[in-house]
Amino acid sequence: MSPQTFSTHATGAFSADEDAPEYTAYGQDWSDIAEEAKRLGQQRIVVNMGPQHPSTHGVLRVMLEIEGETVTEARAGIGFLHTGIEKNMEFRTWTQGVTFCTRMDYVQSMFQEVVYCLGIEKLLGITDDIPERANVLRVLMMELTRIGSHLVAIGTGGNEMGATTVMTTAFIAREQTFRVIEMITGLRTNNAYIRPGGVSQDTPEGAVDYIRELMPDVKQRLDELADLQLENPIFKLRLKGIANLNLSSAMALGVTGPMLRSAGLPYDMRKTNPYCGYETYDFQVPTSTDEDAYSRVVLRMEECYESLKIIEQCCDRLDAMEGQPVMVADKKIAWPAQLALGPDGQGNSLDHIQHIMGQSMEALIHHFKLVTEGFPVPAGQVYQQIESPKGVLGVHLVSDGGTKPWRAHFRDPGFNHLQALSILCQGGQVADVVVAIATMDFVLGGVDR
Amino acid sequence: MSDKVSKKDAPKKSPVETAPKKTDIEESNVDISSAIPDPEGRAPITLINVREGMFSGAGDTSGFGGLTQAVQMPGSSERPYGEWFDGVVDILEELLGDDADEAFEYVVVDRGELTIYVNRDHLLTVMTHLRDDQDLRFEFCLGVSGVHYPDDTGRELHAVYPMHSITHNRHVRIEVAVAIDDPHMPSITSVYPANNWHERETWDFFGIIFDGHPSLARIEMPDDWVGHPQRKDYPLGGIPVEYKGATIPSPDTRRQYR
Repeated sequence: MSPQTFSTHATGAFSADEDAPEYTAYGQDWSDIAEEAKRLGQQRIVVNMGPQHPSTHGVLRVMLEIEGETVTEARAGIGFLHTGIEKNMEFRTWTQGVTFCTRMDYVQSMFQEVVYCLGIEKLLGITDDIPERANVLRVLMMELTRIGSHLVAIGTGGNEMGATTVMTTAFIAREQTFRVIEMITGLRTNNAYIRPGGVSQDTPEGAVDYIRELMPDVKQRLDELADLQLENPIFKLRLKGIANLNLSSAMALGVTGPMLRSAGLPYDMRKTNPYCGYETYDFQVPTSTDEDAYSRVVLRMEECYESLKIIEQCCDRLDAMEGQPVMVADKKIAWPAQLALGPDGQGNSLDHIQHIMGQSMEALIHHFKLVTEGFPVPAGQVYQQIESPKGVLGVHLVSDGGTKPWRAHFRDPGFNHLQALSILCQGGQVADVVVAIATMDFVLGGVDR
Repeated sequence: MSDKVSKKDAPKKSPVETAPKKTDIEESNVDISSAIPDPEGRAPITLINVREGMFSGAGDTSGFGGLTQAVQMPGSSERPYGEWFDGVVDILEELLGDDADEAFEYVVVDRGELTIYVNRDHLLTVMTHLRDDQDLRFEFCLGVSGVHYPDDTGRELHAVYPMHSITHNRHVRIEVAVAIDDPHMPSITSVYPANNWHERETWDFFGIIFDGHPSLARIEMPDDWVGHPQRKDYPLGGIPVEYKGATIPSPDTRRQYR
């Protein structure tokens, strides 16, 4: 531990003071650093929280200037998880892009897939041709993922405040949603299930019954979480009146989702600009006027119950639509493969192979062209936005008429929310920073892309 | 900003030899002409790309190697624009007064979305009106997305602002184009503070300089990074990978369909 020269920060957050010493904490040495600071008589203490800190939901660097336990200035530094997904998507076909964007915010992967595919469909002009069953499956997947995402927010938030049981209970419930998703898509997460024109495959036999079997357990775990947390005096002390964000600040900073709804605006894209047939489902938009961390947790819990209601309605519809198509009829857009589970894992179904290899030359041509080349999308640009669990997720797509995007830009809600970190934390305690981050609910994979 | 290059001043590009029938791309095997708006009769604006042959990379064996086609954005629309679009443009024109002609470069309605191309000198005024006027009230600016069109001479870098009004439930796109050798445009953080990080990202990835931004530093790439990675002339990177005796080039050098 030796004082080093302090250089200008990435964000330009702090004035560069040439003589200010810098310490690196390796754990268990806080008292040494405090001693040293006291000896030097330094009044201004800047602490780096992260990038590798368990409560930063990925790799977020928070720069805190503290006076005792009070945070006088808080800045976020991001970019540690930037993987160039948007650039990569420009070198892949429109269909392959799904496997890339699903990995942005890996906790709500279905939402990136849906917003991206809705954008492509708008570019193609086939939005109205998407089969009903595909839309129901999309809604089902989104709502299952919404529950999963909220449970991660609630569970890890609880863990960061010292309640491990909250995390384990939330993750058990989330696992149930994964079981359903895995049964239908073949993967727990990063599914690439939503495809331009529909979804990659229909539900296997017994999927709806399986959902009906598992969802009561999710509901029970949610009840358990509510019992554990919401009336707990320690939990209330840690969250009530903490990390406040009022409506005007939220609007100015482009904050959406549960954060905005906790400030009193019942704004939900599913209601205001319905997509995938959300206008036909019966559900409420929970809203609060408390503006604090506690209300955001309550809203997420309530939203999970609303999602369960939507999932129930999806199940009824899936029963009624048994056997209907899940992909657009246009053979020149519809991904040709029919997947099936074989003895060596998931792959193209035997029926499909027989069809393209033995029966139909046209089917073989379509399969070959779509898989090697993809489909061209007419030149132009669109913007599509949907309500993800974290807020408004937007995508800006530009096509040059080719089989690959000219530009795909995602507006992750967490990117905007992190800008509000200073407002949430400044003037509060260091311990409240963790609460603020937990109830903002962002995932750095989505923020950095 | 006196030496600005606006579309009106820039020399008009000669109409491209091949008719800009965007949907009729040679390799297209998809009949979607009925699903997209007819681009005929509209003056083409942004030149997105000039396509040569069927494959990118070396060795076009398709027989279409000599084919050159220019692909353009859907062109400027004629009034009436339809829906509520006319109303929004009217109000903006009224608020801008004499500047309206200079401020609006094009108005495009495509796929049910309204895009207004704004001259950078008037961007801040337009944004302020969009936010403040009671009949516009675009409370949210959903960020700024940069796009690089290397073939669109004098207007290579575009900044696209998606605007959303909660009050009226409307969505508008504002687009600003600048030359790559003079990539300046005003920062709108004074009007929409939410765009602070978005502008930093667009500076980082595209090198658009937002004048008046409080701290236009890189945000995703390291501070000492050279270049702007999402420009089209910036390589994707990657190394050839050997797999079962064959060598597969990196994605951007691989021969592939366009």
